[in-house]
Amino acid sequence: MLNWKEMDEMQKRLLDEVADLHEIPEGAYNIRANSQSAGRASTAHIEIIPREDGKGLTVNIQPGTKNESVHIPVVMTESGLKELVYNDFHIGEDADVLIVAGCGIDNCGSQDSEHDGIHRFFVGKGAHVRYVEKHYGSGSGTGKRILNPGTEVYMEENSSMEMEMVQIKGVDDTNRTTTAELGAGAKLIVRERLMTHGRQNALSTYVVRLNGDGATADVVSRSVARDHSYQEFDAKLVGNAACSGHTECDSIIMDRGKILAVPGLEANHVDAALVHEAAIGKIAGEQIIKLMTLGLTEQEAEEQIINGFLK
Amino acid sequence: MLELKNVSFQVNADGQDKEIVRDVNLTVPDDKLVVITGPNGGGKSTLARLIAGIEKPTSGQIILNGEDVTSLSITERARKGVSFAFQQPVRFKGIQVFDLLRLARGGKLTIAEACEYLSAVGLCARDYIDREVNASLSGGELKRIEIATVLARGSALSVFDEPEAGIDLWSFRNLIEVFRSMRQHIHGSSILIISHQERILNIADEIVVLKEGRLTARGAKEEILPTLIGTESAVLDCRRDRPTEGGNVVC
Repeated sequence: MLNWKEMDEMQKRLLDEVADLHEIPEGAYNIRANSQSAGRASTAHIEIIPREDGKGLTVNIQPGTKNESVHIPVVMTESGLKELVYNDFHIGEDADVLIVAGCGIDNCGSQDSEHDGIHRFFVGKGAHVRYVEKHYGSGSGTGKRILNPGTEVYMEENSSMEMEMVQIKGVDDTNRTTTAELGAGAKLIVRERLMTHGRQNALSTYVVRLNGDGATADVVSRSVARDHSYQEFDAKLVGNAACSGHTECDSIIMDRGKILAVPGLEANHVDAALVHEAAIGKIAGEQIIKLMTLGLTEQEAEEQIINGFLK
Repeated sequence: MLELKNVSFQVNADGQDKEIVRDVNLTVPDDKLVVITGPNGGGKSTLARLIAGIEKPTSGQIILNGEDVTSLSITERARKGVSFAFQQPVRFKGIQVFDLLRLARGGKLTIAEACEYLSAVGLCARDYIDREVNASLSGGELKRIEIATVLARGSALSVFDEPEAGIDLWSFRNLIEVFRSMRQHIHGSSILIISHQERILNIADEIVVLKEGRLTARGAKEEILPTLIGTESAVLDCRRDRPTEGGNVVC
């Protein structure tokens, strides 16, 4: 069991940022702090098993488990840590669960801190998963905060998954790759929100294969690139059956930011209906003027517009 | 009270100077509803934008409650009590109707209060409070929300730039009631509406006529309105040659 009181304040703050945790979560959890497990709990229906090499977890969710949650946040407060972990999630048939991941890095040192997490989801028939992953960085050191998540999703018949991926602040370098294989009737919804500052780099790649009849996917990214940051959004939908897919990249560009959006569609079946949309532009001047007529300064207006856009 | 003293506004188009507003002197007293009318292209909307600070006059002074606000920014004027409802309301991805009303209020706003503002402009609050102020709203809905933001501000001077533009007939008639109600609760503030709709002119205390950038007539409604009937400065309801929205004629 985790002793919450023994966690330092910085670790608690990071847990709040990435997993909205203010106390020990209900349900199953594993909290990883500075490359060690700081606490773990399984429940009657959800079992968390550490890998023998200590580099990750296997999470088994029994068929039919309803309204339960799994929290597996990672926090790093020591400079110079570099880790690669593998977490596998087996979600039983007809289960309905919430999985909250996320990683927060505070780096006050001069060495880079890096967490690379490979998550694999095996979603059983008819199961529903809501997955929330937030990334956050802080610290005044010159060492970079680096996160490279890899996510693989395997969806069986009529399963559904909603993924919320958020990275708003403080991550210097990220290379995120998400792949999904959808069986018949499976439904995948992805909502990505991203903001980059300074000289940050963010690459986000999706490959979603719709392999079964009736499979649907909706991958939407909203992002803001500020200062000298760079973003690349590369989303590809592959229709291998009678399926429907939609991908959208909507970005606000500011200062000297750069954004490359590469939406891709590949249809290998005559009944595959695929759509992509991509838009990049600066904040409309009239939006700022409108909020200024409500008494906001230009800067406050920009913040409100961005906050709304990324909400 | 708002005073314009010798306000002119000039732009440079295709290498030629063009005067949009010419030497306008105007007072909008407290407790009055003043409507500025006149032919299209006569400088009405530009004058409204000059008052809100969106444009700066080439010469002249703008005085609000005795203070010269000519050089003040949009934000500063807003904080001193100028509200402005856009002719074409702005859309925002992600910002909800409640957010916009809260920003307009400039402080805490309860759901109940937000609902009152929406109800006042004829919107069923429950259906709109969580809606995003984006392209999913019709022109008429946006227009009413725009007016609700001005109500939420409760300013010393509320300026409406062609509030009837883009809304259907049914909404237009309700709009008149909104302005009537604002007029009733005007205490210590003033309302300035840019419009050439006879129904709006009819609820004015004073009417001002602007033609080719110049103020050509000004006085009590009873005095000015009869001279405008039948001209393009006093249009009755919505003209039939305007586009339609949802089957209704749009003003």
